[in-house]
Amino acid sequence: MKIGIIIEREYLTRVKKRSFLLITFLAPLFFAALMFLPAILMLNSEKFDEKKNIAVLDESTLFVGKFKDTDVNTFIYIENDLADAKNLVREGVYDGVLYIPGTSLNLPVNAEIYSMKQIPMTLSDYINTTMKTVIEHQKLLASGIDPDIVKAANTSIYVQSIRMSEDENVEKKSYGEFEFLLGLVLAMVIYFVIFIFGSQVMRGVIEEKTNRIIEVIISSVKPFELMMGKIIGIAFVGLTQFLLWGVLTLGIYGIVSSFLPVQDVFSTGTAMTEQITEVSANTDNQEVLTKAFDIIHSINFKTVLWCFLFYFIGGYFLYSAMFAAVGSAVDNETDTQQFVTPISLLLVIPMICSTILANAPDSSIAVWLSMIPFTSPVAMMLRIPFGVPIWQVVTSVALLFVTFIIFTWLASKIYRTGILMYGKKVSWKEIFKWIKY
Amino acid sequence: MNYLEINNVSKTYGTKKVLHDISIKVPQQSIYGLLGPNGAGKTTLIRILNQITMPDSGQILLDGKPLCPNDIANIGYLPEERGLYKKMKVGEQAIYLAQLKGMDRKEADRRLRHWFMKFEIASWWDKKVEELSKGMQQKVQFIVTVIHEPKLLIFDEPFSGFDPINVNLLKKEILELRDKGATILFSTHNMASVEELCDNIMLINKGEKILEGSVYDIKQQFKNHSYDVVYRPFDGSGETHLTVNSENPNELIREIIEKGELVSFNEILPSINDIFINLVSKSNK
Repeated sequence: MKIGIIIEREYLTRVKKRSFLLITFLAPLFFAALMFLPAILMLNSEKFDEKKNIAVLDESTLFVGKFKDTDVNTFIYIENDLADAKNLVREGVYDGVLYIPGTSLNLPVNAEIYSMKQIPMTLSDYINTTMKTVIEHQKLLASGIDPDIVKAANTSIYVQSIRMSEDENVEKKSYGEFEFLLGLVLAMVIYFVIFIFGSQVMRGVIEEKTNRIIEVIISSVKPFELMMGKIIGIAFVGLTQFLLWGVLTLGIYGIVSSFLPVQDVFSTGTAMTEQITEVSANTDNQEVLTKAFDIIHSINFKTVLWCFLFYFIGGYFLYSAMFAAVGSAVDNETDTQQFVTPISLLLVIPMICSTILANAPDSSIAVWLSMIPFTSPVAMMLRIPFGVPIWQVVTSVALLFVTFIIFTWLASKIYRTGILMYGKKVSWKEIFKWIKY
Repeated sequence: MNYLEINNVSKTYGTKKVLHDISIKVPQQSIYGLLGPNGAGKTTLIRILNQITMPDSGQILLDGKPLCPNDIANIGYLPEERGLYKKMKVGEQAIYLAQLKGMDRKEADRRLRHWFMKFEIASWWDKKVEELSKGMQQKVQFIVTVIHEPKLLIFDEPFSGFDPINVNLLKKEILELRDKGATILFSTHNMASVEELCDNIMLINKGEKILEGSVYDIKQQFKNHSYDVVYRPFDGSGETHLTVNSENPNELIREIIEKGELVSFNEILPSINDIFINLVSKSNK
């Protein structure tokens, strides 16, 4: 099979390129860094903070003893006047002075911090919240309300949406945000794959045309075989890249976590989340875990994965056939703009509509966008995690593959004529004429 | 026995008639020259033979049988606009192109190494094409064209881009290929090489055949009975050159030997170049 020889060449020449190796092996390092950096930073956060001595000049006397020393910050209550305190800061005795002017409860409370160097955000935040709590507490007491009652009345509400189905026993909890995120990530992947590898197909065609090897090749193989060989070969390049990214990222993750005290990193992380959950909502860990499980179970990953594969392949083939046709029609890359712009517009439409699609996954615009083959790969991926009726998925995939066959056929007609045309500024009209040849 | 027969082939692009009722017969083991000005339809005809383009009507017979997709392996084609993948290594690329012609990888490798030795370019095997000069690339292209030992070879302007030494090398190879049994179709503007290499030629202009035949016959057909005469007159005035038109060479010789001693007497045959210019300008009127 000659198409096999073509696929092999298209694949090997690209995979052996230095730029391919570089991107394939460096990107996982970047991904791994993204995964580890926040944890590492969190673990070492104290190291980045300088120790601060803050003098507190509290003329209101509302906050005496309220500012607690921490690992980094020490609060010293002083009774000098402000000018004195400022001088002490200048001399370096204190890093800063917090000045709270005398006030009464019903007036707005303002405070000032004087310092030579910028005060860290965490410190000013701490001062802010402390003062707020104290004032609120005082105000409640002044109105004769027990602050403990207010605390007890503080409730957090979560509305659980549950989707029913014909079958009485099947009810699914759904979590909009997570489904939207999953859909968005998958749609973005398809969008970028089509763009990056589709334009590689186009560049490959232009290369063969400009270095004039094309005529030698099509005297040995049919133009259609050459075009398909290129499209399939580049598809394998893309798959290889994604596979290697996945494997390498996991590999680096494994290696790094065995060297670093990741246990600490993640236990710190968990500890923090625990604290947060304890403080914010009165739920226990068990409940958090069940919720996470619920989210994961609420999505039919098998369907999502299959759909991803179908739309990935269908979308890539449909668009790369169009990109190949464009490549055959022009003499160099700078002439491609007038043809590439409308094609990329088709692909961008569902991305622009992504919020609409996520807000109303069953609205008519969402259904239409996920049926039209040019927008369906991206649009359907955005909808799929929310659950889409099976007839819609089947119709959409069928439409996509039929269109892909028709377009490959049309593209091969344009391609056949285009690759032998030189030195001609090609218009859309001209291209439609080639289809009829 | 004709290896290639083209019968009444016509091709139209839109409203432009590119080939009109072209028929040629190329005898086995001969070199056939396809001549014509730019835009005459030579490339279209060659592309039809390579099944890159389909004719609107007419028939092509190869070895007595209608041309079919499998004949790709029987044809070697060196196009006028030719090139190679710049970033690919020479040897690897040559193997790829040979494989596309249906050759087995190992066999292609063996034969290519032989040809590379013969052309003294074995050291380029692992070089990238972009490191080679244009003339070097042409050598590689020539090898790739003939590597699968096709029975029909089609060369479109094979000598463009070669220096005189390599032109000679190539001519030698082309003649050798013919002697080994290949039938060669040869399109060029280089009339000197046509006279040197071709057994038969066809001249086309604006898609129409305007002349066909063997080089010898055509020259005979277009001779205008002029003779180049050198003689030494008896009066001792030294060698004299004359160009004379005469319907009767015997009469002419008799006249000359009365005046002096004949040194040489040659018929002046028109060059293919003259015939070409003459006919094309006439048919353009």
